[in-house]
Amino acid sequence: MHITLKVWRQTGPDATGRFETYEAPDISPEMSFLEMLDLVNERLIEAGREPIEFDSDCREGICGTCGLMINGQAHGPQRATATCQLHMREFSDGEHITVEPWRAAAFPIVKDLVVNRAALDRIVEAGGFITARVGSAPDANLIPVPKESADAAMDAAACIGCGACVAACPNSAAQLFTAAKVQHLNLLPQGQAQRWSRTQEMVETMELFFGSCTNYGECHEACPKEISLDFIAMMNRDYVKAMLTNRQRDGQKKVG
Amino acid sequence: MTLTLDAKIPSGPLTDKWNNHRFELKLVNPNNKRKFKIIVVGSGLAGASAAASLAELGYEVEVFTFHDSPRRAHSIAAQGGINAAKNYQNDGDSVFRLFYDTVKGGDFRSREANVYRLAELSGDIIDQATAQGVPFAREYGGLLANRSFGGAQVSRTFYARGQTGQQLLLGAYQSLANQIREGSVTLYNKMEMLELVVEDGRTVGIICRDLISGEISAHAAHAVVLATGGYGNVYYLSTNAMNSNATAIWRAHRKGAAFANPCYTQIHPTCIPASDEFQSKLTLMSESLRNDGRIWVPKAYDDNRPPGEIPEAERDYYLERKYPAFGNLVPRDVASRNAKLVVDEGRGVGPLKNGVYLDFADAITRDGRDTIEAKYGNLFDMYQRITAEDPYDLPMRIYPATHYTMGGLWVDYDLMSTIPGLFVLGEANFSDHGANRLGASALMQGLADGYFVIPYTIGGYLSTFLGQPPLPTEHEAFENARRAVEERTRTFLSTKGTRSVDYYHKELGKLVWDNIGMARNRTGLEKAIAEIPALREEFHSNVRVLGSGDSLNSSLEKAGRVADFFELAELMARDALHREESCGGHFREEHQTAEGEARRDDENFSYVAAWEWKGPDTPQELVKEPLTFEHVELTQRSYK
Amino acid sequence: MAQASADTDQAVATRPGAEAGVVHRRRSRRKLPWPIGFYRTAVGKKWVMALSGIALLGYVLVHMLGNMKVYLGPEEINSYGESLRELGGHLVPRTNLLWLMRIGLILAFAVHIHSAYSLTRMNISSRPERYQGGRDYIAVNFASRTMRWTGIIVLLYLAYHLADLTWGWANPDFIRGDVYHNMVESFSRWPVAILYIVANVALAIHIYHGAWSMFQSLGINNPRYNEARRVFAGAFAFAIGAGNVLFPVMVLTGVIG
Ligand SMILES: Cc1cc2nc3c(=O)[nH]c(=O)nc-3n(C[C@H](O)[C@H](O)[C@H](O)COP(=O)(O)OP(=O)(O)OC[C@H]3O[C@@H](n4cnc5c(N)ncnc54)[C@H](O)[C@@H]3O)c2cc1C
Repeated sequence: MHITLKVWRQTGPDATGRFETYEAPDISPEMSFLEMLDLVNERLIEAGREPIEFDSDCREGICGTCGLMINGQAHGPQRATATCQLHMREFSDGEHITVEPWRAAAFPIVKDLVVNRAALDRIVEAGGFITARVGSAPDANLIPVPKESADAAMDAAACIGCGACVAACPNSAAQLFTAAKVQHLNLLPQGQAQRWSRTQEMVETMELFFGSCTNYGECHEACPKEISLDFIAMMNRDYVKAMLTNRQRDGQKKVG
Repeated sequence: MTLTLDAKIPSGPLTDKWNNHRFELKLVNPNNKRKFKIIVVGSGLAGASAAASLAELGYEVEVFTFHDSPRRAHSIAAQGGINAAKNYQNDGDSVFRLFYDTVKGGDFRSREANVYRLAELSGDIIDQATAQGVPFAREYGGLLANRSFGGAQVSRTFYARGQTGQQLLLGAYQSLANQIREGSVTLYNKMEMLELVVEDGRTVGIICRDLISGEISAHAAHAVVLATGGYGNVYYLSTNAMNSNATAIWRAHRKGAAFANPCYTQIHPTCIPASDEFQSKLTLMSESLRNDGRIWVPKAYDDNRPPGEIPEAERDYYLERKYPAFGNLVPRDVASRNAKLVVDEGRGVGPLKNGVYLDFADAITRDGRDTIEAKYGNLFDMYQRITAEDPYDLPMRIYPATHYTMGGLWVDYDLMSTIPGLFVLGEANFSDHGANRLGASALMQGLADGYFVIPYTIGGYLSTFLGQPPLPTEHEAFENARRAVEERTRTFLSTKGTRSVDYYHKELGKLVWDNIGMARNRTGLEKAIAEIPALREEFHSNVRVLGSGDSLNSSLEKAGRVADFFELAELMARDALHREESCGGHFREEHQTAEGEARRDDENFSYVAAWEWKGPDTPQELVKEPLTFEHVELTQRSYK
Repeated sequence: MAQASADTDQAVATRPGAEAGVVHRRRSRRKLPWPIGFYRTAVGKKWVMALSGIALLGYVLVHMLGNMKVYLGPEEINSYGESLRELGGHLVPRTNLLWLMRIGLILAFAVHIHSAYSLTRMNISSRPERYQGGRDYIAVNFASRTMRWTGIIVLLYLAYHLADLTWGWANPDFIRGDVYHNMVESFSRWPVAILYIVANVALAIHIYHGAWSMFQSLGINNPRYNEARRVFAGAFAFAIGAGNVLFPVMVLTGVIG
């Protein structure tokens, strides 16, 4: 295959970037998209030009490190697929492919196609955990968890934190990511004690960095794990309850 | 001076060792804990769990990872599950049975005391993970489900769909996040440790490069914990992540930490075969697939018919034929070696004839498509995305690939290396798996190390340093180390050769795979020992690293890692050459039975081979830690 | 953890290592009464937007149904208008209840518009640099993409509509109280009729996304009813659009008048 690539090049966070065009002949359809970029880089290095920086690690769609805007779609044209699992057979010979980094205020560009997604970690640090001191856990079978709840929690927990939801959202909202994180824990019996503080803290931290959800649904389409929009609705519901419950708990704190 | 290895195995009966030891270890008073600073390098299962639990105890913890988020460590990719001797299935499991299976599975090349402790702690891990909200698979009654995995004859594997590693890592990462929020852990991400700093014979800190700004900085602590994962990427193609590397442990090795059993590497039988020369990594298909899939190749050589057209009588279900008792569920090393045998014979399948079939047709006929889909749906989807073939119709094609490295830095029972104050956890150490690791045991080991071992054992070491602050980073030990790192970086950038880092990594990988891979022999190993240094020389004089050192530069990062792989590969070859026996993942063609099975030599090789660094121009020296077995009987593994 | 930079409402995270440089909004630590605190968050604003949306949907529906009295003749619709002013009978002064409802409506409009405005600002600032290579949307539809524009069209139209049929400034033949007459006079002028038609199509499009989206914002959804929500939104939007567009069409074609 012969591919013409238009790739965003930017030397640093504050530099101005621009598209550069590269011809990529002799591409095998069996290659993954990132292997194609590896090859382009190999040829650039041979020609004495700096290779294109892009992020990737596990290359099996689970670590969430990779993520490119390919022809205007987060992770490219194949549904439920992270960039690393996208293969060149999804494209046609002679195709022009535009590759751009994720863009959002909270994801500053580090270099070329690499962005800094630290904001997602800040959301988790705000409350995306169950505080369970090592050593204090009861026997795992002490609390039965209805299979349905466990499965739903797992559906949410499948999120790989790649940021495609933010990248794809016209508002750069991180609702799908946050909702997945919140609901994974809120759906489980173990997560109930911190449910309301978690919900409030995580939502409010999310809003420090990202845009708001206006229910476009682009995030779900871009999500390599097809996380459902229903989790967003569940989070919205939990958020109001959290506002009320946390007020009540504040009151309880003052008692006695 | 030659090192002496003291494993510090506690006295007393096997079942009481850990308990007694915990009592004997000196404690650090709660108020004093915060005066101790601990650096944890690595945020995988081992690192994240260690950092979180040490911080809970009150130590001041700093975590370093080259990943952008702790959650991206390669533990995330583990699919199959985690073992624990809970005996929830009432099928006869026990701590002793898990212990026994692990020692036997490791081909009797591990320490009894360590493995027993691991088995003892296994249940606590499941309790801890469940309390953290890890969504393990459940039965309809709401209790935990198990499956049998990797040839175990009891169902002791806990799992979360095909994403167990992901879920366990998220659990550990979330605990870490909790501690970051509390302010007891400081996270340094996108920071790669490039040197260990040792002063006066003990560990005082590390040198790191900020991968985004290129800044090189020194960090001091009372103790350093390395949990930096395995070195499988020395093969270039492996199931490890692109960035997994051995630099942290190799740098520590060069500073005096003995490296144990480097030749023990595990080749996983069920990976998707490479599709072309540009293949950048191999993808694992969970071992659980072997529970229902049947492995076969055509009986005829060079059979080009599509699988559906090969009649039953012309297929060779070679594992079922050779190992009637275990069939397709033989341990990994046996399954891998047999796949290599048939492919080398010319009976491989697929366009490059580099695979064997893993066929679900019978299982689908027997259980129905829905059942198979419920069990393996996500794996089948993944296979289809990668190969564009539908495993419901066509048998999968699989081939072995490097997957895990049992070798690693030598540690004693307290997980401390031969450099005082340097602790090593998870895949980075050599501890519990001997010469071969059983499926679903790495997650168990990483978490046992992090949650339940290091929080106790590190206290014993630290308690002797009360009142001493960490060495200031202005100290010349740090200055020298920092300058050395800067110098190394500069050298790569100024070499201005003609070939990329990846080119050399691939060349090295081929050498290692061909000669120190699934089956080894003297000629091949000697060839490797002769050729690796030559290639390394060429690498150092001809590598081309473009760009600068003061911004993100992945070629530069890779250059340092590949340089270390070169040295490690040579040690692997020497270790493999010296071990004149076959055991576990180390199969020497000279040492096999008439039927082609591995032949151990317990008389002469029942020891841990620890290698001590002797300087860049002198080969490492072998130091042996003898292994004694009191509770298991050394038998030849047989899966017939 | 966050350090304020002097002149913006943004802060830069100063964490060790490679995390520095991520900008974020500053968090207000002031404890506010909960409805205000709630409204300050984006999720809260979406709730308010959904609730006011429901109020407005109800109003639009009742308004349309009421106006259908026009098909029954001048007396019916005129007395309908009169009854609205007489709501509450002799228990309350004339038009008081109507005003109460109007105030409710005005409030609903105000918060609906204010939340839309501030969320839009938030969203624009969340992606200062747009995709330079363009976007290829998958889920976004015309309705969801144009909420801002259809909203503005409806707002402008509303102003005209009030001037035309409530206050009569824009209607030369306006007779206070004679609803039937005013409507026929207005709609028989082509430009006005077209304006009404365009605006009500915009309204229908706005409702099509809004009536689906509000369930999501309020979190009253259940995977079982997800399909039904789409159908509901479509049906509601169509009913309002068709019902309202028919008034000018009927006048123009002489069915009314
Ligand atoms: C595909 C696959 C499937 C597997 N499936 C299973 C399974 O089903 N069951 C099972 O038990 N085991 C499984 N394993 C094995 C198991 O996942 C690993 O052995 C284990 O997760 C290793 O954990 P770790 O914490 O030691 O290292 P890792 O998770 O690899 O973490 C290493 C950490 O160290 C950091 N690091 C490394 N070097 C440096 C440096 N120089 N400076 C700073 N940071 C550094 C990295 O950033 C990372 O955070 C699987 C492995 C693979 C590859």
